[in-house]
Amino acid sequence: MSILKPDFIKPVGLGALIFAALAFLPSLVDSYYMSLAISVVSFAVLATAWSMFSGPTRYISLATVVFFGIGAYTVAVLGEVLPFPLVLVCAGLAGTMIALLVGFSTLRLAGVYFVIFTFGLTELVRQVVSWYEVNVTREMGRYVFLDITQNDIYWQLLALFAVLLLTGFILGRSRLGFALRIIGEDETVAKHCGIDVTRVKVALFVLSALFMTLTGAIMAPRWTYIDPVIAFNPMLSFQVVIMALLGGPRRLLGPLLGVIPLTLLFEVLTASFPNHFSILLGCVFMVIVYLLPGGVVGLYEKYRAPKKRVLATDQNAKTGGSTA
Amino acid sequence: MHISAKLRLATIAAATTAVMSTATLFGANAQETYRIGYAISKTGPAAPGAATSTIPNYEMWVKEINDAGGLQVGDKKLPIEVVEYDDRSSSEEAVRAIERLINQDKVDFILSPWGTGLNLAVAPILDRAGYAHLAGTAVTDKAPQLAKRWTNSYWLLGTGEQYAVELAKFLEGLKAEGKINDKVAMIAVADGFGIELSKAGREALEDRDFDLVYDKTYPLGSQDLATIVNDIKALGADTFVAFSYPPGTLGLTEQSRVLGFNPKVFYAGVGTAFPLYKNRFGDNAEGVVSLGGASEDAPKIADYIKRHVEFAEREPDRWASIVNWATLQSLQQAIERAGTTDREAINAELAKGGFDTILGTYKPGDQTFWQVGQWQDGKFVGLAPTDMEGAAELVFPKPEWKAAQ
Repeated sequence: MSILKPDFIKPVGLGALIFAALAFLPSLVDSYYMSLAISVVSFAVLATAWSMFSGPTRYISLATVVFFGIGAYTVAVLGEVLPFPLVLVCAGLAGTMIALLVGFSTLRLAGVYFVIFTFGLTELVRQVVSWYEVNVTREMGRYVFLDITQNDIYWQLLALFAVLLLTGFILGRSRLGFALRIIGEDETVAKHCGIDVTRVKVALFVLSALFMTLTGAIMAPRWTYIDPVIAFNPMLSFQVVIMALLGGPRRLLGPLLGVIPLTLLFEVLTASFPNHFSILLGCVFMVIVYLLPGGVVGLYEKYRAPKKRVLATDQNAKTGGSTA
Repeated sequence: MHISAKLRLATIAAATTAVMSTATLFGANAQETYRIGYAISKTGPAAPGAATSTIPNYEMWVKEINDAGGLQVGDKKLPIEVVEYDDRSSSEEAVRAIERLINQDKVDFILSPWGTGLNLAVAPILDRAGYAHLAGTAVTDKAPQLAKRWTNSYWLLGTGEQYAVELAKFLEGLKAEGKINDKVAMIAVADGFGIELSKAGREALEDRDFDLVYDKTYPLGSQDLATIVNDIKALGADTFVAFSYPPGTLGLTEQSRVLGFNPKVFYAGVGTAFPLYKNRFGDNAEGVVSLGGASEDAPKIADYIKRHVEFAEREPDRWASIVNWATLQSLQQAIERAGTTDREAINAELAKGGFDTILGTYKPGDQTFWQVGQWQDGKFVGLAPTDMEGAAELVFPKPEWKAAQ
């Protein structure tokens, strides 16, 4: 792969411009819109990181909040001991270690077993953290008093998202990305091609987990107080899956197309119908499943008279429809 | 295709409604009302607590003021207009809702959410925006530091330590009188509240030469505590202390009754002072000790309870509700004393204190309420601090359990 080809420089340059422009957002809008922007960017990182692994391999992971929570907890434990960049490094290391452990022990599982395992993992980690806090530190609930403003959080998330997109972009053009797509199409074939299936899956799982962990670490100073119930809230995992599936998990920018409308929709529903949020949300999801089984990307490709991507679109539609 | 078209229409209709109501929500408002905002847990794990101690008081306060024509600000009567959101028991949602209340809705005052975690999550934002924070339902050992850190924040329920220490002092008195032996069996729920209180309780009891014959935690959400009760029953402790949450409190009471475990002092944590406890256990509530308490014979408190029953069709709890109500009364007086809707002027009045409330002369954050109380004749009376006016005598020993009703 050559870095200097125009088809690499052009999208990356364009992306850099867009991100540079977005960095000026805090000087344009008030802190309410900044909190909305933080929500969009944090979900964008989570959903894109989720899709990075789950898109090509088609493993539906409900462990997003495990890594997010580990990141948040690392900040709660080390936040006042180390400078913040070092805390982020520690969070990244912690997330990587857990992801390696989980990856090697479970990525041989397939289909629904994997889904259930990842869901159970959330509860497991939450209980282990609770047990530790109750029996060892004897303090449940930790305080994060850091002078990190909302704008700092926004910039960090934006930088993280930029790195994530760049990583995803390079990955898509690399041998590893190719190997992943083959595994996604047919694992047996991949094995016969000489791909070390488990190692490739674990590598991607760890990479995706690393970004989720960092998101949790960056978000933690926003809440001041963290306990296991707050840090490991399974709702987050589901929200990420829904957003990624709405957008379309098999394209790099696909999840973003789900994150933006859904985050805005959550916002409108919360603001306008505080007493009927859950019911309306359920209705909206049903509408999405009926009208957009292939996600926004699928819709786009359907109306754009696809030339040679017919097969991929069909596949997309099937995955979206059966999982949502 | 047919279905799809209909659905599409329904979506468009729903979206239009959403946009329209947003428009009215964000619409212009002349200062002819005093705008109060709050984000509270209407759904999620914090919802039952919020519905017990917080929401009825907020709603009743607004209704009573508006029925009287509004707040007397200077020479004008300003009715209260409420903007409320559901934080869905999530810190992130609470943070966002408070940002919305401050920047979009531009409300004049913000009332606190329910629970320690959510109050801590919103505290820095309220502080930065210059809003006072009357944290009505947070129990944290950091309360004194927090009040210093965020100058306009008031931590109404104080620290976990104070409840545990007050209980230990009270038990010490009983021990000195020779009423109970030195054995205490203590359990706690493995969550913030239980851990904080049991930690403080352990120290306070051991300092007073009590022997903790049982000291364990049980997981949050577990209600079948029969094994624990059975273990404790054999230990010969005169005093049983449970720093539990409402589900555990109910479970422990029921299983102690069924298994015939009747220590001389039976203390169970949050939930005992809730009206649902009395409704569930009836006469069996008699003699059970817990945190909180109310001087129900005092006319102001009796009147408050009566109005609460009329308004919400249920009684208030005898702990956080009372403190919250006193604080809402203080807020009304602070606004009227300031004579303006200017936030800084109101914050300054709040800090001065000296409000006339159901807790007597009160300043938000004063810990001048009952720390230990007991069910006596269908009333949850205050026992300790024993030097407080109106302290009741302990019903001792706890009466035998009666058969289930």
